[in-house]
Amino acid sequence: MNQSFLDYYSLTPFTEWIHRTLCGVMPENWAVFVEGVALGVVILLAYAVLAVVLIYMERRVCGAFQCRIGPNRVGGRGGLLQVPADVLKILTKEIIRLKRADHLLYELAPYLVILASIISFSCLPWNKGAEVLDMQIGIFFVLASSSIGVLGILLAGWSSNNKYTIIGAVRSGAMIISYELSLGITVLTVVILSGTMSISGIVESQAGGWNIFKGHILTLVAFVIYLISGNAEANRGPFDLAEAEQELTAGYHTEYSGMHFGFFYLAEYLNLFITSGIASTLFLGGWMPFHVSGLDGFNAVMDYIPGIVWFLGKTFFVIFLLMWIRWTFPRLRIDQVLTLEWKYLMQLSLLIMLLMVVLKVFGLVF
Amino acid sequence: MEITLQEVVFGIIALMMAVCSVLAVTSGKILRAATALLFVLFGTSVLYFMLGYTYLGAVQLSVYAGGIVVLYVFSILLTRSDKNMNERIPRGRWFAAAVTVLVGFVLTLFLLFTNGFALNSIPALQELDPETVGKALIGMGKYQFVLPFEVVSVLLLACMIGAIMIARKR
Repeated sequence: MNQSFLDYYSLTPFTEWIHRTLCGVMPENWAVFVEGVALGVVILLAYAVLAVVLIYMERRVCGAFQCRIGPNRVGGRGGLLQVPADVLKILTKEIIRLKRADHLLYELAPYLVILASIISFSCLPWNKGAEVLDMQIGIFFVLASSSIGVLGILLAGWSSNNKYTIIGAVRSGAMIISYELSLGITVLTVVILSGTMSISGIVESQAGGWNIFKGHILTLVAFVIYLISGNAEANRGPFDLAEAEQELTAGYHTEYSGMHFGFFYLAEYLNLFITSGIASTLFLGGWMPFHVSGLDGFNAVMDYIPGIVWFLGKTFFVIFLLMWIRWTFPRLRIDQVLTLEWKYLMQLSLLIMLLMVVLKVFGLVF
Repeated sequence: MEITLQEVVFGIIALMMAVCSVLAVTSGKILRAATALLFVLFGTSVLYFMLGYTYLGAVQLSVYAGGIVVLYVFSILLTRSDKNMNERIPRGRWFAAAVTVLVGFVLTLFLLFTNGFALNSIPALQELDPETVGKALIGMGKYQFVLPFEVVSVLLLACMIGAIMIARKR
């Protein structure tokens, strides 16, 4: 199959040109260092901008589902400046020091949460040639680095020296550790289907068709399981019982103020983005355009849309699905959450993985 | 002597690991000790990544940092453990500890200086293929480890059955 269409918007020549130019004016070590710092700044900027976009989207979607308007005053039409104003406000807030709390751990915890989220964020495939961290074990690295976040939540709950926070932290820890199982197993299903763990490899293996169509009905079920457990990993409703307002004031971040709370808030929204981004990479083809085999003219038109538009489009579609779920279903109890995982989702995902191995061995996938 | 970027990063990571290792054993609060241990494990995984052994680095992150330390913290949270652990140590134990440290230090130095290291056997900053790792784990030839792999699997199965036996309803 001719795949030259994938190179229209490839960023590889551009990044190579930057590297060559920098090597011309300084030694290669320094060039690599400068590139690393520049890339870090770009990632942090994208992280902050996406958080603002997501919070605005959440408020509008929430308003729509609750039959109200949502933010519409600040900044003209649609309340576009509401979230930037909130950002400015939170930046000026005082950061409270608690008496009789473990200050070192109390101040470390938000950074652990946001560290885990930023590391997994930099593994997303934005476009061809624009994967930042692209290793051969890419998807496993995402799972590994996102599992650090739960430590931040546990430490935050404990070091605040408050009953609500510790109950919230233990609930959330139990839930995140449980749902990592079915999340990992569904990711493994896709790894079996595409035969590689590298994120760019997984995307490229979907050039002939997205995984959700390739694996018969199996990947569709795996997609649903992934969305459920990804939603639980991001601590979002109906799994937001770690911060159930009616019972626990605000769960593990009750005692945090100012930008320390802001970090937890940012990480929650970006974990939503990462979950959806990985979902669109694994099941919906990442930056790969939509192709129907046989319709060459249609395929050619699709190829002219840049990869980053495809990636963001798919990701925001999945985010919309997750927000729809969040504002539709009531919150689960902790025993219901654990029953759902350990009695249903894990068995189902193991069965799907087994069936996928059988299909792959006998060559029955597309 | 030319110092490469990799050596600078290695120096920073090694310093961080050394400081955090000391903190992990001297800290009076058990949760702070667990956090310091977490940073030592992060450092180890960064070292694996620098060697190009990304698979082991990610396993280190997910099993040790994301698994075992989480279990430590969980069990600390579920038990009452907020008392300070800095106790006075009797002089005899100080002496025994000093001798153990000295012997360990000398042994490590001896091994370091007498061992012939295979220099430059792996190219720097090049990633090890996970396929090679997988084939080495389940192959039966020389330098392949199917027997240890199976033994560990049986051990894990025994642990799981034991956990079910302990937790079952009577």
